[in-house]
Amino acid sequence: MSIKGKAYIAGICEHPTRLATDLSLAQIHAEVAKGALEDAGLTKDDVDGYFCAGDAPGLGPMSMVEYMGLRPRHVDSTDTGGSSYILHVGHAAEAIAAGKCKVALITLAGRPRAEGMATGTVPRSRGGTPTPDEPFEFPYGPTVVNMYAQCAMRHMYEFGTTSEQLAWIKVAASHHAQYNPHALLKNVVTVEEVVNSPMISDPLHRLDCCVITDGGGAIVVVAPEIAAKLKRPKVKVLGASEFIKTQMGGKVDLTYSGARFTGPAAFAEAGVKPSDIKYASIYDSFTITVLMQLEDLGFCEKGKGGQFVADGNLISGVGKLPFNTDGGGLCSNHPANRGGLTKVLEAVRQLRGEAHPKVQVPNCDLAVAHGTGGSLGLRHGSATVILERE
Amino acid sequence: MADAKERKLPAPAISPETQPYWDAAAKGKLLVRKCTSCGEAHHYPRTICPFCFSDKTEWVEASGKGTIYSYSVMRRAPVPYAIAYVTLAEGPRMVTNIVDCDFDKLKCEQAVKLVFKPTEDGPPLPMFTPA
Repeated sequence: MSIKGKAYIAGICEHPTRLATDLSLAQIHAEVAKGALEDAGLTKDDVDGYFCAGDAPGLGPMSMVEYMGLRPRHVDSTDTGGSSYILHVGHAAEAIAAGKCKVALITLAGRPRAEGMATGTVPRSRGGTPTPDEPFEFPYGPTVVNMYAQCAMRHMYEFGTTSEQLAWIKVAASHHAQYNPHALLKNVVTVEEVVNSPMISDPLHRLDCCVITDGGGAIVVVAPEIAAKLKRPKVKVLGASEFIKTQMGGKVDLTYSGARFTGPAAFAEAGVKPSDIKYASIYDSFTITVLMQLEDLGFCEKGKGGQFVADGNLISGVGKLPFNTDGGGLCSNHPANRGGLTKVLEAVRQLRGEAHPKVQVPNCDLAVAHGTGGSLGLRHGSATVILERE
Repeated sequence: MADAKERKLPAPAISPETQPYWDAAAKGKLLVRKCTSCGEAHHYPRTICPFCFSDKTEWVEASGKGTIYSYSVMRRAPVPYAIAYVTLAEGPRMVTNIVDCDFDKLKCEQAVKLVFKPTEDGPPLPMFTPA
């Protein structure tokens, strides 16, 4: 059985805030849920499937189901970090295809900025019973940034990738963010500004890193018979795939991500090729994240990502593969330190023709959204969805 | 010279499964777990082999020789430090720190050797320094 054509994305919402000092966590979840349902033309009482991940307060979906007054007959709180919500789109399509629900709501929210969290630069112990890896990693000071940095260091060593090539990814995101009134960073930056920004953890500079923002977003995935009755442009789910990439018992390979497996599987299910894609939402926690995922998804050969992203190739209207036209996590929004949901949102905007006119891809009928959750350099969950405008 | 002694190192959380690893570390030895069924060594150590799922695994002492697979110097820390993956001569790659060296001269595939650095109130941590 395939999920191809079995579900549609009918509603989306991105919270406009980037600093949620005056909002509660549950409140942000509910506000984006309300926004996405209104966008679709549905109501809370239509929801019979609910999906959330580790950013939701409480145990799995229970607190949020109660807070929002939902009555789902299908729930799923699979947590693969920031990629969870891309994975949830696939799981929602599976549940709909199996008849377990017809209107699936996915929500994300977080307040790391309001809470003063040192997101990327301080080692974090999860607390409670340690994970089996923790005693062999945590005492050495792994942070978000220095583990992604090791992927970049090895990529540079094996393939000759340069800091200037990585910088082009931030430059492209900044070109798009200038048109997003909600983007945290709206200034267009140059390659020189990126490589001359302070070194955080070699070889990643400050401007190789994503923003830290509060906020959230929601997605409504529906059955075909529901989508047929709604007034919004129809965005069909064509393919989806997920994978957990690990240290493989010590056979660590930092040169590729789980996208090496999710890309081909999702493209095969959709029956399309990377070269067919008109727009790509690519997880951008750091510049290196984008570069490796583009290679692994098949947009270029392994090791050639540096050349692929250089010279504006990711800038809408300039290059061959417009990416993250909302400014992405690198410039606009990375709510709850989890950038997967916003990747789906901009892909849907592009397919609907509702992206900002300055970055809208002409006749955008096929898009990919891909995410990496957890740590690219330790263990991560990858998820890919292929979406089509019908 | 950046010295790991300037950094406060948290003690590892020890489980019954990995107690021997840390007991050995206290005696200046690095252990790896090896499967007698498939012959593969793995890290971090587990009783059931992650390659063939056999429970016939045993501790073997590592030579202490290795090479840097990748590394990064965390500049934005109270005391900058180098985190790394070191490829052990026995095969597995492990998360560790490179210490007692000029961070600006580190390179991938550089040869390193085992040293131990004390933690705040636990067994010492196996780390590496240029050979």
